[in-house]
Amino acid sequence: MPAPIRLRELIRTIRTARTQAEEREMIQKECAAIRSSFREEDNTYRCRNVAKLLYMHMLGYPAHFGQLECLKLIASQKFTDKRIGYLGAMLLLDERQDVHLLMTNCIKNDLNHSTQYVQGLALCTLGCMGSSEMCRDLAGEVEKLLKTSNSYLRKKAALCAVHVIRKVPELMEMFLPATKNLLSEKNHGVLHTSVVLLTEMCERSPDMLLHFRKLVPQLVRILKNLIMSGYSPEHDVSGISDPFLQVRILRLLRILGRSDDDSSEAMNDILAQVATNTETSKNVGNAILYETVLTIMDIKSESGLRVLAINILGRFLLNNDKNIRYVALTSLLKTVQTDHNAVQRHRSTIVDCLKDLDVSIKRRAMELSFALVNGNNIRGMMKELLYFLDSCDPEFKADCASGVFLAAEKYAPSKRWHIDTIMRVLTTAGSYVRDDSVPNLIQLITNSVEMHAYTVQRLYKALLDDISQQPLVQVSSWCIGEYGDLLVSGQCEEEEPIQDEVLDVLEGLLVSNLSTPVTRGYSLTAIMKLSTRFSSINRIKKVVSIYGSSIDVELQQRAVEYNALFKKYDHMRFNLHVLYDLVSLLFQANDLLDLLGGNDVVPVIQTTLPTKPASAGGELLDLLGDLSLSGRTTVNGLKIEFTFERANPNPNIAVITIHATNTTEADMTEFVFQAAVPKVITLGMSLSHRAPATPVAGRAQCALTKVARYSVSSGTLVRLASGLDVRCVKKQCGWLGCVSEDA
Amino acid sequence: MQFMLLFSRQGKLRLQKWYVPLSDKERKKISRDLVQTILARKPKMCSFLEWRDLKIVYKRYASLYFCCAVEDQDNELITLEIIHRYVELLDKYFGSVCELDIIFNFEKAYFILDEFLLGGEAQETSKKNVLKAIEQADLLQEAIEQADLLQEVRLLTDP
Repeated sequence: MPAPIRLRELIRTIRTARTQAEEREMIQKECAAIRSSFREEDNTYRCRNVAKLLYMHMLGYPAHFGQLECLKLIASQKFTDKRIGYLGAMLLLDERQDVHLLMTNCIKNDLNHSTQYVQGLALCTLGCMGSSEMCRDLAGEVEKLLKTSNSYLRKKAALCAVHVIRKVPELMEMFLPATKNLLSEKNHGVLHTSVVLLTEMCERSPDMLLHFRKLVPQLVRILKNLIMSGYSPEHDVSGISDPFLQVRILRLLRILGRSDDDSSEAMNDILAQVATNTETSKNVGNAILYETVLTIMDIKSESGLRVLAINILGRFLLNNDKNIRYVALTSLLKTVQTDHNAVQRHRSTIVDCLKDLDVSIKRRAMELSFALVNGNNIRGMMKELLYFLDSCDPEFKADCASGVFLAAEKYAPSKRWHIDTIMRVLTTAGSYVRDDSVPNLIQLITNSVEMHAYTVQRLYKALLDDISQQPLVQVSSWCIGEYGDLLVSGQCEEEEPIQDEVLDVLEGLLVSNLSTPVTRGYSLTAIMKLSTRFSSINRIKKVVSIYGSSIDVELQQRAVEYNALFKKYDHMRFNLHVLYDLVSLLFQANDLLDLLGGNDVVPVIQTTLPTKPASAGGELLDLLGDLSLSGRTTVNGLKIEFTFERANPNPNIAVITIHATNTTEADMTEFVFQAAVPKVITLGMSLSHRAPATPVAGRAQCALTKVARYSVSSGTLVRLASGLDVRCVKKQCGWLGCVSEDA
Repeated sequence: MQFMLLFSRQGKLRLQKWYVPLSDKERKKISRDLVQTILARKPKMCSFLEWRDLKIVYKRYASLYFCCAVEDQDNELITLEIIHRYVELLDKYFGSVCELDIIFNFEKAYFILDEFLLGGEAQETSKKNVLKAIEQADLLQEAIEQADLLQEVRLLTDP
């Protein structure tokens, strides 16, 4: 049988294939030949065949039938065989298959081989792919080699030990004695791998960390020698002596100095020295500076040193090399919390990085910019960030929009600015805004009482331009429903629309196929709310009744209930107006109770209608101030005041105190106070007056205290009294009114 | 380091060194996806990217991409130096290395890498020492092969 073709020959042949099919054919032919050669247990050419198999494997073809052959090669006495065998094992064998365990004995023998290159092969393979079982079996051999005087083997044994420790952490103790004199080595290879081993041990075990802290002076000395020593051709890289070792030592110092004042102090000088003396013209110098900065920031360094470190990062930001700018931004992001003022000094450079072409740099610059926003720089920063929002890739827009909202909420210099900023975000990146922003924004707008007219006008205009961005459309619809009267009443600076135009726009949303079901819900509710503010009631009635047979169940339900309002309880409809305002109160209650995110729903308090004959219409609530957490309503002579506060000590409990005062001369009878809450809220009530039959005497007061624990849920309903109840619909701030019986 | 890949501009893998246990299938998937991601990057972009939950450091030398996946706490800039050192070693060994050298002598490229890195960390920081070790090992291999040849000849000539 002719000798199997040589490796290079095969490679040459395969490369002549012009199509994938041709290549596959050649490979299959060769694989068949190799398979039969393996079957014949041919020792001479096994090495060559496995090498060819490895080549084909790299091209992507299956080679698992060569696994056992690799093991045979490893077991061979010839160095050539072992070389290929171990390589094959590392490429083809996988620790999850039991087959790999067959290697263990061979490796054990080879670790004790007379030729150091064979020992090296064994150490390398074990250190690269040794499974936990193998490591357990062979740890002793590795430990022995760690103590040898042969530096070639010692350095490999150290890294092999690192791997063993990673796989079987309990074995760490066993390597402790061998570490004793590792740092007294002159050989850089051994030094480097020893530092890696020490680092691994210190990272994994606090005891080891304590034990090795005493090495700090020695490490400092070694680092100093590296910096001060003259040119050493063997380890020189662009004028720096063994940068790899320097970086590893700096990293170990970081771990040892962390949360320890003495160690940190001992390394203070050398860190300052490295930071100031390292040549920065090439990447290698910057690599060392980078590691130094990370170390300075992590240990208990004195403030002068920290400022030095941040300034190095600031210089990095101005470097032409993108990679340097990238690591600078990453590091600044890590330190911005602890050294905020120092980082602020570099704010303008950071903001410039928003315009960088590289995606990773842009993202970091954006995160860092948001971290640097404060009350003093909000206007300038927001300009830059909004510009960024306009021009950035879609993958950034959601995060950027959220960031803008958060920053605006924290530092807005004025309400108008705040509203304008939100408008800008909604109009430029409206489709990327997160779902939970809509309720948050509505709450914000509600709280900015003096801006209502301005806001609704701007939002209305925005709707005229574009109805495709759903969050914008939803917020706008809500506002129009809420403040539509302000929109048409001439309070706005520009030409105001007439009622029919507004209704046109809202109806347009209902029919547009750009609108999602959620949006349609908002617009239907808004139309309904306008029935108490506008005069075109018939038109509204018509729209509402049409949607009573809508395919969309939500929409249909709402429409039906609104319809009912028109039909049965028309006289109550005006009072809904009052109730709608009460919802605003409860948004403020939200603030108090820190209902964050997913602000589905706000519980609604309703007012009571005493049995005294009602006068037509309700009276407008007088909403107090912006942030006062209270409100009052007077309906037909019954004045009701609400205050909200957080209970001490349990912040999950809100205490709502209701004062009801009969401001009329006559007695009010059958004043009923009821409260019903869904399961998610637990309600404790204490009343000073409860009996329904007890009349509330003229000008008398009764004080009620109600305690409720709020949570985010839908359909929350709180009825303070019989009468109208208003239910908040899931996930929206629109709501429908439905009427229940009088108690 | 978790793994190192060398691949051409057409996406053909020339070397793959894995320091974490992964099945063949998983390795193939990672290689394929990562290679595509890197080839899609423009030349002026920086050498670092976050990919899945890994930090990737890559650099192109002529027609070959050298790509490493490193851990969170690893220094990206020094990883670039590691890559550069490996290229220098190949260059010294092959004499002005080019992609063809890596293709036809892939096993040597692995041997050199295994003398420079072990378990994902540098075992030797002196270029000279790495090259010396490879040279010695090659000599050992040659000696054995010559001995074999001699043995064959002896068998043929012996009566």
